[in-house]
Amino acid sequence: MGWLDRERTIAPPGFNRWLVPPAALAVHLCIGQAYATSVYKTALVKHFGASLTEIGVIFSIAIVMLGLSAAVMGTWVDKNGPRKAMFTSAVFWASGFLIGSLGIFSGQLWLVYLGYGFIGGIGLGIGYISPVSTLIKWFPDRPGLATGMAIMGFGGGALIASPVSTALLKMYDPNSGAQGWVASGDAVGKLFLTLGAVYLAYMLFGALTIKVPADGWKPAGFDPSKVKAATLVTTDNVSAKNAVKTRQFWLVWIALFCNVTAGIGILEQAAPMIQDFFRQSDGVSLVSAAVASGFVGLLSIGNMSGRFAWSATSDITGRKRIYMMYLGVGAVLYTVLALAGSATTFLYVALAFVIISFYGGGFATVPAYLRDLFGTFQVGAIHGRLLTAWSAAGIAGPLIVNAFLDAQGKPGQLTAASYQPALLTMVGLLVVGFVANLLVKPVDSRFHEPRPEPARTEPARSEEPAMEA
Amino acid sequence: MSAAQIPANQTPANQQYANQTPVNPSTGKLVAAWALVGVPLGYGVYETLTRVAALFG
Repeated sequence: MGWLDRERTIAPPGFNRWLVPPAALAVHLCIGQAYATSVYKTALVKHFGASLTEIGVIFSIAIVMLGLSAAVMGTWVDKNGPRKAMFTSAVFWASGFLIGSLGIFSGQLWLVYLGYGFIGGIGLGIGYISPVSTLIKWFPDRPGLATGMAIMGFGGGALIASPVSTALLKMYDPNSGAQGWVASGDAVGKLFLTLGAVYLAYMLFGALTIKVPADGWKPAGFDPSKVKAATLVTTDNVSAKNAVKTRQFWLVWIALFCNVTAGIGILEQAAPMIQDFFRQSDGVSLVSAAVASGFVGLLSIGNMSGRFAWSATSDITGRKRIYMMYLGVGAVLYTVLALAGSATTFLYVALAFVIISFYGGGFATVPAYLRDLFGTFQVGAIHGRLLTAWSAAGIAGPLIVNAFLDAQGKPGQLTAASYQPALLTMVGLLVVGFVANLLVKPVDSRFHEPRPEPARTEPARSEEPAMEA
Repeated sequence: MSAAQIPANQTPANQQYANQTPVNPSTGKLVAAWALVGVPLGYGVYETLTRVAALFG
């Protein structure tokens, strides 16, 4: 397995760096399937005779494992390089589907938890961070654009998996033409087998294509001194171990947590929320289920395009400024949505679209933000640790929204006013995130790794300063 | 591993390639790689947009 080693992935002269983004996208488009689980959720409920919550646990385990494995395996990913990481991710992700299918065929839900949730979740975490530091090193001149391209794939993965899964389920189930059809367990099991095989092939393409730049490589015409001109951008390096001891890491953690929590608030409730906002006094909504489904699709496009567009824009504006926009403008837009969102559907849809694009932008911009603050040395590992904010937000966001909505009434009876407490709470969270981002300053030099000194014969020791006050 | 130890990991081949800029990019390989990810993504976006049409229809 020597071909997986980092040393074997060093790019030869003449290698085109634009081959790296498709390699990264190949991985992210596959693991983005995690957001398309709703396609077979009802089928699994029926097949296992389980509740929606019991089936929802599969997805929850996967997302928790994403955050945990990214945090725990980040240093390993940085040390062993992207090819080994992508290969490992592919094996875990595909194995998750295979074991999950075994659980479906045998009627054992715990096997689906273990397969798709636990094992697949590890593949999600390793796969998510695997190409990030490599892209940053290949595109030191445009790190936001580079990470935006890859992380856009995570948003785009669901756009592909959703229609493809629906088509496959229809193909595998002979009763698909029946009225009120719900796919059989057998069809979902076959779908899992197919997805596992296809994703393995695609991710291996990514693993085989990815290359790391030679040490000291830089793009033609790139002047690192111009990058340093920005106050927050360092040319020094901070280890992952030291990064978590800095105030900056935790301020960015809070900013990401607040941005993600607010976004999830809308994403989780997207379809019923638009119907509730335009519910008339007779209890009937002006928005049909088909239109609400279209709205969810539009949000997916906003999520994906925001990842690319805003992250690329951050290369011009700077990371701190664009986070001020995500959180500051986001807070204003949320306020307008809460107080006047029910005025017209156009206003509502436009506001939600921009808010969700900020949600996606926050994910895609953060690796470059970490590069600016902590350097490229262990940026993948630091990014992995930061993703615990995502896991935390994945729990907090739905909890906040559901708790407020439960207090307001029953589903089908809610109106725009019912959402105001939840939305205004999100505004408060965004303001907290805005302040946290505002407080981000350059990392103190005592956290920097010592620079190599050619005259010295003994290797320098890595210093471990105390937690920043 | 500290930053000071990074040069110790460099192979001669690694150092040989340092500071070299890309030349002679393989256009065919590039097009094929982007098509492999771009075509499915384009399909996904198209399928989603057809659903979105209901919003404005």
